[in-house]
Amino acid sequence: MGLDIRIGKIKLKNPVMVASGTFGYAKEVEGLIDLRKLGAIVTKTITLKKRPGNIMPRICETASGMLNSIGLQNEGIEDFIEEKLPYLSKIGVPLIVSISGETIKEFCELSKILDNEKAVKGIELNISCPNIKVSAFAKASADRRRSQFTVHSLIAQDKSATYEVVRGVRRTTDKTLITKLSPNVTDIVEIAQAACKGGSDAISLVNTFFGMAIDIHTKMPRLGNIIGGLSGPCIKPLALKMVWEVAKAIEKPVIGMGGIMDGDDAIEFMIAGAKAVQIGTANFVEPGICEKIIKGIEEYLKKNKIKDIGKILGNLQSK
Amino acid sequence: MKDIKAKILFNEEIGLSYFKMELRAPEIAQIAQPGQFVQVRCTNTLDPLLRRPFSVHRVRSLQSIEILYEIVGRGTEILAKRKEGEFIDVLGPLGNGFTIPSEVEGRTPILIAGGIGVAPLVFLAEKLREIRNPKSKIQIIVLLGAKTKESILCEKDFKKIGAEVHIATDDGTRGYNGFVSELFKRILRTTHHASRITIYACGPHPMLREIAEISKEKNLDCQVSVEEKMACGIGTCLGCAVKVIRRGGEEFIYKLACKDGPVFDAEEIIWD
Repeated sequence: MGLDIRIGKIKLKNPVMVASGTFGYAKEVEGLIDLRKLGAIVTKTITLKKRPGNIMPRICETASGMLNSIGLQNEGIEDFIEEKLPYLSKIGVPLIVSISGETIKEFCELSKILDNEKAVKGIELNISCPNIKVSAFAKASADRRRSQFTVHSLIAQDKSATYEVVRGVRRTTDKTLITKLSPNVTDIVEIAQAACKGGSDAISLVNTFFGMAIDIHTKMPRLGNIIGGLSGPCIKPLALKMVWEVAKAIEKPVIGMGGIMDGDDAIEFMIAGAKAVQIGTANFVEPGICEKIIKGIEEYLKKNKIKDIGKILGNLQSK
Repeated sequence: MKDIKAKILFNEEIGLSYFKMELRAPEIAQIAQPGQFVQVRCTNTLDPLLRRPFSVHRVRSLQSIEILYEIVGRGTEILAKRKEGEFIDVLGPLGNGFTIPSEVEGRTPILIAGGIGVAPLVFLAEKLREIRNPKSKIQIIVLLGAKTKESILCEKDFKKIGAEVHIATDDGTRGYNGFVSELFKRILRTTHHASRITIYACGPHPMLREIAEISKEKNLDCQVSVEEKMACGIGTCLGCAVKVIRRGGEEFIYKLACKDGPVFDAEEIIWD
């Protein structure tokens, strides 16, 4: 039974990756999962300089989901290369490093550094974190007037900013580039197309949805940052629809995510057109869940006598 | 740490929406230290989704662990309805527990609990009692703070191991009338050899801040077990940040309650 797939230049033995920010740098999960079973590991997002992260509280559970406003807390690229990369290099699973920046220059500096690291197989551009403000991009954007009114502007909310970032990074590296999109847009297809035009090898979607929760007794927001990103099973139908739309519109592979909790959920995303999937919030509930999801996919294929996983890709039926 | 399916051996109300649950979990019981915690999945449905963190309340014959919990929301409501014999996902032991000074015999430990914060302190008291040198018996002092007399927890457990127990209730229905932090101040006035005291505290944030301030003023070693909202419990989500003092350079850094804590040196924490 063939579970292996290819995303850009990366060969994966199965289509299940862990999503950025839900698996740390893998060492945290050691002993709770056989890391070698994973299709790929996507790291927590790295920035050029250390980021302390947002004020507390940063987490709030909601119906079948959770809100977070971590704020890309990380120790910066230098620490990543010295402290985290040696461990990640030894696992024997394709490593994809998630990066984010406040300017195109920052993204490019990061990708240049990573381009020198043999162990890094791919780079995921996190242009869709809802918990940081990127005012620099608002200025650079072609659509200035609108940007001025966008309080929480994301690169992934602007097709020209998306194009510029991807194109800039593309010039610095031949490694597989994945662009991670935000669902907080009117038309996600045009953003995906802009990323492809910029030279992205694949598109991953969706990052979290903007959301908030209020404590009615104190009338205070439940997150220190007031708003955060919603994830978990509650967003699955929304994510699935966007994956379907994007997969239909672009040639490049789509990596689907949003509330996947088991093998059946993963299959659903593949039928909608995702070549691979990422598992996020589910890792918090059960650190070993990816192994179960891989098994679940295998069982589905076996039961339905499907020899190659490629056969279900985008195979949505109509009446 | 292990993620196991533990059999529920006991799950009963011990008073005013406080429950005690015993779980068969030898893998956890054999290595758990006082102050460490477990992440429990109250139900395997998708709502509520996240696990709930509970301190290891007691370890019984290295075979099972107990957790002590209060019904505070939907997760704990569901947990309270779980039956004996059922299995439940338990991940642990997690985090760093209390540090017991090596010269423990000469010191007087004062354990201070606010409400359900008593949960990890019973395990700690039992450990302190276990490692004492029989020749130089240490006196364990326990201060229990509760809203009212019916919500005083674990008094018997502490007395059983010979601890000196003092009680404070917010409404004055038993013991000192007021907060446990005020009772702590009074106790300090009457306790000798103040410099040989170690404080171990667990409870709500304002209480811990008070205890930390008093301890600093009196130059006492003080360890606090903090509670923060968390998703994973193993240091991947970065949700449970605790602001701590950074010596040199930056103003502060964030540590994680789940991985660096939940027990911190009180002086390290920035209490804002």
